[in-house]
Amino acid sequence: MAVVVVVTNTASKALLLLLLLSLYLVDINAAVLPEDRADALFHSYDGGGVEITGPSILVRKGFGDSVSATINHYVDNVSSASIDVLTTASPYSESRDENSIAVDYLHDNTIMSVALTESVESDFDASTFSINFSQDMFGDLTTVNMGFALGDNIVGQNGNSSFNEQATTRNYRLSVSQVITKNMIMAFAFETISDEGFLNNPYRSVRYLDPTTPVQYSFQAEVYPGTRSGNALAVRARYYLQHRAAIHGGYRIYSDSWGISANTFELGYTLPFRTNWILETSVRYYDQSKADFYSDLFPFQDAQNFLARDKELSSFNSLTLGAGVSYELDNKTWRTFKRGSLNFHYDYIQFDYDDFRDLTQSGSVGNEPLYSFNAGVIRAFASLWF
Amino acid sequence: MKLYPNYFLLTVFLLVSGCSSTPWVKPYERANLADPIMSFNRDPVSSSYMAHVYEAREGSRGAGVAGGGGCGCN
Repeated sequence: MAVVVVVTNTASKALLLLLLLSLYLVDINAAVLPEDRADALFHSYDGGGVEITGPSILVRKGFGDSVSATINHYVDNVSSASIDVLTTASPYSESRDENSIAVDYLHDNTIMSVALTESVESDFDASTFSINFSQDMFGDLTTVNMGFALGDNIVGQNGNSSFNEQATTRNYRLSVSQVITKNMIMAFAFETISDEGFLNNPYRSVRYLDPTTPVQYSFQAEVYPGTRSGNALAVRARYYLQHRAAIHGGYRIYSDSWGISANTFELGYTLPFRTNWILETSVRYYDQSKADFYSDLFPFQDAQNFLARDKELSSFNSLTLGAGVSYELDNKTWRTFKRGSLNFHYDYIQFDYDDFRDLTQSGSVGNEPLYSFNAGVIRAFASLWF
Repeated sequence: MKLYPNYFLLTVFLLVSGCSSTPWVKPYERANLADPIMSFNRDPVSSSYMAHVYEAREGSRGAGVAGGGGCGCN
């Protein structure tokens, strides 16, 4: 809806002049590009019968005063005997390679960024192009980001060479970070995501009551809608405490056209100690409601148009407790570089499902124990600034 | 109705001028904010990985401090 301002009197004209003058006098302090750095990360996820490990290497290098580029190579080595695999398939191993390149261009107080990411698995190829504009304004107290990403996915199925489906994802993002006081900064982010195409996992099945079988149930392939749109809104804040420490908190709310709504709460504390050490602790709580077409047990085959028994679409909550420690290397230690850091983070995640049952446990049909599991996540990485 | 443009322009003027030409946190007062421990995304390679860990296991997505890609989620 357009807002039309009609300048009807002298006072309005005076205000309009003042407004134009104030815009002209906006304190423009040019934005800066991120520092040159290199990161080498080893990651490990172990939980629910799934082990995923691999490296992630990121290098950022500036060219002149106005261009900075990053490249990232990321690998997931997956060994899976998850509850889904144990219930309807066989354990497997696979790997995923992801490469991305991004270029940032600085002009006055605007940074324009373009990025391309390619991800390759044996049965899933994804390429994503994204563009982002970041603008510092109001005396550098406010930074506005606008971004768009377009992802094209090709979905295959191992053991079925004729299976070939496509899906497209579009992300629209707007975020604002705002200096509140000399000790506090806040950030607001809104993102809307739309998907179109084959959105299923081609390996997963739903179960339905089937009195003709000994276990009283059978499986059939999942059927998802061909479109999905979701909105996420987040607010985050960081506050600087006396004697150099920081606390941060955040809340995100999400809802989508599949009926999923979710809340995420985050709290954290960062405490530098001695000269070169930084200790971090965090807690994250997440809960979501199930998709409209999710059920752990459908009453009969083809019970409805859309069918899902994917636990990621069920009602569940998770709690993460995290701790990390960093050791900073100053340029007295590493003369070749400006500085560096060695970092180790461990996160413990507990997942508790409200309507996804563990079929590896005994129980009458529909009354098996609810599924839950925990996972340990390790991030060990070294960073160098040069 | 005739006063509407005045109020609108006055509001925009106060927002723009109040936020811009005289920032309430002066550049020399931003030492604490510039400390790396105050960054929302201090280590992108690390936060991007955690975003991927959650995105692969949750039904929701978006509006995070870092983006992920691909799947690797079975």
